Amino acid sequence: MASALINVPTKAKRGEIIAIKTLISHHMETGFRHTETGVPIPRDIVTRFVATYNGEEIFSAQLYPAIAANPFITFSTVATESGTLEFKWTGDNGFAATEQAKIIVE
Amino acid sequence: MSDGGDPLASLPPGQGRSFVLIAATVIVTLLSTTLSVLTGDIPVDKRSSTYEQMSADTKAMQDEDTANPGMLWVLDGEVAWRTRTGAAGRSCADCHGEASSTMKGVAARYPAFDTKRSAPVDMEERINICRTEHQRAPALAFESKELLALSAYVARQSRGMPIESSDARLTPFIAAGRDIFERRQGQLNLACVHCHNDNWGQKLAGVPIPQGHPTGYPLYRLEWQTLGSLQRRLRNCLIGMRAEIYPYGAPEYVALETFLMWRARGMPMESPAVRP
Repeated sequence: MASALINVPTKAKRGEIIAIKTLISHHMETGFRHTETGVPIPRDIVTRFVATYNGEEIFSAQLYPAIAANPFITFSTVATESGTLEFKWTGDNGFAATEQAKIIVE
Repeated sequence: MSDGGDPLASLPPGQGRSFVLIAATVIVTLLSTTLSVLTGDIPVDKRSSTYEQMSADTKAMQDEDTANPGMLWVLDGEVAWRTRTGAAGRSCADCHGEASSTMKGVAARYPAFDTKRSAPVDMEERINICRTEHQRAPALAFESKELLALSAYVARQSRGMPIESSDARLTPFIAAGRDIFERRQGQLNLACVHCHNDNWGQKLAGVPIPQGHPTGYPLYRLEWQTLGSLQRRLRNCLIGMRAEIYPYGAPEYVALETFLMWRARGMPMESPAVRP
């Protein structure tokens, strides 16, 4: 499964506010549903999202069962220096996904 | 009546009855003409995609490939396209090559007529025919992730291209689809036309009624929280009408799909679309 879609500008001016968009593939099973025979479907969600910029945390979020499948998280940051943005999602049943994006700051 | 008399008694014998008959005929004729006007097709220049009725947020989601969750399936589909499978050990790419050129515009003319079956087949069925006959792999289940991924990947290659419906062999199937589209069914005794031809743009339980053009399938429905095929959407409507649903792959769905694509001929493909 393609795990994630990331949208980070490849180039930015120093001090510019840039928008970052992330979309992770996950079914976000709430834990509140039952099968046709009444068996509860166990919760299976992404619980935490962390974004780092050259190793420094710039954004994080906690996710809960009310968040829809395939969570789309967008936020902004200031382009300070060229380098790597790293995105990490962790969740139930040992779910872990990491994506990276490079940015050139002029 | 207060005088208790027959209102027709004052008229010469026979004349009253025929007057009533003529009046009734006129009324019936009027009613049926009004009805046929009501259930007429949407004029070609009045047709619009459900996209036009969506909020700015949902439109933005569809328009941007990194925000459109349907693209997750497209990316998966690209992997599946190149993966060798089945007893024949062949991938889709081994026969069809680069989908960006060979599959361009293909989804825009599906369901297409299959000579061997003497009937139209839709995209999902075509993929399964390829799997069972050429790859010698088991058919994929309807609405399974892999089948949707492949159909989304193929449909993506037709984005922006006009829907085509010009094969004369499809004519009887278009007619059969129209018949289902115009037939009252279910406990609510509704036909598709009552919403999608006569009342599009109005609201049903607070939600705008679309014209129902299949321009973006398979599409990501926020309500489903996943990608789904046109057949799944048709089942949705049938359940809403409290009608009996056909099993997946039923010829009734394919006839409806064939009719709906004819009805949307010329409109641009949006696959994978996003809908509320």
